[in-house]
Amino acid sequence: MEKERNITIDGREFRFSEGETILTVAKRNHIDIPTLCHLKGTTPTGACRICVVEVEGARTLMTSCTVPATVGMVVRSESPEVIRSRRMTIELMLTSGRHDDCLVCPSSGNCRLQELAFRYKVKGTTFEDTGVKYPMESVNPFILRDFSKCILCGRCVQACNEVQVNEAIDMGYRGSATKIITKGDVALKDSDCVFCGECVQVCPVAALVPKDARITPRLSEMKEVKTTCSYCGVGCQMNLHVKNNRVWQVTGCEESAPNYGSLCVKGRYGFDFIASDKRLTTPLIKENGTFREASWDEALTLTAKRLKEISDVQSDATGLLTSARITNEENYIAQKFARTVLKTNNVDHCARL
Amino acid sequence: MTNPISDIEKSDVILVVGSNTTDTHPVISAAMKRAAKFGGKKLIVIDPRGITLKKYAAIQMAPKPGGDIAWINGMIRIILEEGLEAKAYIAERTEGFDAMADSVASFTPEYVTKITGIPEETLTQAARLFASGEKGSIYYCMGITQHISGTDNVKALANLAMVCGNMGIEGGGVNPLRGQNNVQGACDMGGLPDVYPGYRKVHDETHAQTMESAWGVTGLSRTPGITATEMVDAALKGSLKALYIIGENPLLSEADLTHTEKGFKNLEFLVVQDIFMTETAQTADVVLPALCFAEKEGTFTNTERRVQRVRKAVDGPDGVLADWEIVCEIAKRMGTEMPFDSPEAIFTEIAATTPAFTGLSYTRLEKEGIPWPCPTADHPGTPRLHVGRFAKGKGSFFPLSWTPPAEITDAEYPLVLTTGRLLYHYHTGTMTRKSKGLNERAPECFVEMAGSDAEELGLKDGAMTQITSRRGEINAKVKVSRRMARGTVFIPFHFAEAAANRLTNAKLDPVSKIPEFKVCAIRIQGA
Repeated sequence: MEKERNITIDGREFRFSEGETILTVAKRNHIDIPTLCHLKGTTPTGACRICVVEVEGARTLMTSCTVPATVGMVVRSESPEVIRSRRMTIELMLTSGRHDDCLVCPSSGNCRLQELAFRYKVKGTTFEDTGVKYPMESVNPFILRDFSKCILCGRCVQACNEVQVNEAIDMGYRGSATKIITKGDVALKDSDCVFCGECVQVCPVAALVPKDARITPRLSEMKEVKTTCSYCGVGCQMNLHVKNNRVWQVTGCEESAPNYGSLCVKGRYGFDFIASDKRLTTPLIKENGTFREASWDEALTLTAKRLKEISDVQSDATGLLTSARITNEENYIAQKFARTVLKTNNVDHCARL
Repeated sequence: MTNPISDIEKSDVILVVGSNTTDTHPVISAAMKRAAKFGGKKLIVIDPRGITLKKYAAIQMAPKPGGDIAWINGMIRIILEEGLEAKAYIAERTEGFDAMADSVASFTPEYVTKITGIPEETLTQAARLFASGEKGSIYYCMGITQHISGTDNVKALANLAMVCGNMGIEGGGVNPLRGQNNVQGACDMGGLPDVYPGYRKVHDETHAQTMESAWGVTGLSRTPGITATEMVDAALKGSLKALYIIGENPLLSEADLTHTEKGFKNLEFLVVQDIFMTETAQTADVVLPALCFAEKEGTFTNTERRVQRVRKAVDGPDGVLADWEIVCEIAKRMGTEMPFDSPEAIFTEIAATTPAFTGLSYTRLEKEGIPWPCPTADHPGTPRLHVGRFAKGKGSFFPLSWTPPAEITDAEYPLVLTTGRLLYHYHTGTMTRKSKGLNERAPECFVEMAGSDAEELGLKDGAMTQITSRRGEINAKVKVSRRMARGTVFIPFHFAEAAANRLTNAKLDPVSKIPEFKVCAIRIQGA
């Protein structure tokens, strides 16, 4: 018989399987150990030290995201010593770069560091902040890199290398000069970056935000509508973030197949066509080679009349191209219309092109 | 796809062919790259170009465009010769093996090299590697299908998969990566000339009667219709007089555009329904504006057959209707009521009339999409097809021979042109070319070619050129690239002002009716 594997966290016993970390067991059992650098699906780095816990018999606090549970282990997830350590970590993060401007920060309300500062009541006033070491980078159409907000948690590096495997960024330089860099520390636009935006999605602060995040509504003040991407056939699940009848941002749904949060540059950033002023807004009828605006009733009646005239004589003289871009419901209606109203099987779409 | 996207990382060996996955299906490519880099899985990548995915490949091959059946048959021949085939699987689950085995006998490595340029030892290594994996999967895209031998190319891949016992298993399968958000759904819903929703043939009396009773009509035509490309010819002949086009831009996406334009000009009546004034809409008699995906409810079906919800996030332009509403309005004015009040009501009829969809409803799709077939309300959906037995009983092998592309190079047109997509644009660019950021990344058309070809033509990187085929000409700048093999050039087809499809050849695969976009002969000169 297999030996029972149990671990004690905060006085309660839990079963675990071989290889599971303390964090995994705690999460499964709804014990809220805070994390910051931890990124699902990637190798834990233990970089931020927010998830530290007290393990009985261990000489120091241990990072719960990297330490595997062992039989008989006794863990305290929120002891005074753990809280002291977390407060110091948050204090140091708040003084690395500039984190004193939540009022005008695009990530406010959607910032892990802000949440942690609130949870542990840390103001970031103990030490002098380190100031701005590297200038902001905005020379690309999609992503704003604000190094003064970067806390070097490494989530973006993990996302780029282990989730999307685009291998465009990594930790560069050393010690207090550490910076997230591309190869050769060139701008993103000149690097291997393909602007999938996975790094922006996982950034817990405002170091990586959409290019126009400072002049558009914050995520926290927008309505979220889950839908399916309208570009390729992968069918990524995405959230459209909406305010005042406008989509301002798109993020991947982290809990849903098939993409689990990942998107590509088109899905994440290619949505401005929705509100384009080039959209067709009124029916058009061509007369003597030029279009004129028409009412819906006039355009629909003319279309119906012409289609009927032609199909009444010879139904197979009409055809309908439905679309790989519209919904199932619309395709169903379109082919039903062709078969029952136009009375032809001349119905196809752009599958082959 | 026969298998779900989540199976990619469960394969031991992943063969990717005719798909520039990192550009056209980036999120799927991430799974392939993860499998190779972190999962210890082996990638075999086959494409005439040095695409990015090859960086992660254990074996890469660059056949000349149009040589696919040769290398696939060549691999099967090696697998059989070395006794690496899945003997029990072949015996129990398939039919037609002997005839197929005979058909590959002449594809010696030497012969394959002659046709494709793939070195003999690389082909042998690829065959051994693919057969060695317990679970081998195949992923392909338009680089396989857009040939006059497209159907046979796919059959050849199916042969290869079955020889190795890879159909109907987790981490296996033959998986077409569908290019458009709802191309799977458009096919499933009967947006094809020969089938009703659920792929029931229109010429089959039983199916026709079923649909007549489901729809409450009589006299449905038992004659299969014509395909999009055939409609162009019919318009030119005058047998097709009226065409209603929804959300599609054939005047940029069809092969041989000049021919297509002539056909469309000959129509008596053309109505185009779209969200933008496309090249096709410009030529219409009536243009009807429609809502886009963010402005309506509905479902799309993705490449793994997963039916997923589309939800309304914003109101569209004032007064503009959804595509289904417009169609129903026209039907009403033609004397037929199609009385639906919502996409959900339509979906309920789809479920009632389409066997693979019977168990699906908006309620069930609320949280997560479900892959069809889903026959009952408590059925979880079918992520993998052909498990245990093939849908049709036994899996059929097909004997296949190789034929050259429809157009081959000669002294006048000495280069091969192959076309495709870029990461930053989508199909005819109707949406992406309205996006500022995407256009900043990929502003214009180009012709990508090997340095040696450019040098021979006396062209420097960035030089403007004129590219000519038997059907037309366009101008584009040279992009010298190490990704291209000598003799083959690549042009993306997104750009109306330099439309690659002015050049392409509209010769069709006889079964699928897909034009041979991936091979035609051209010449290039400085402009």
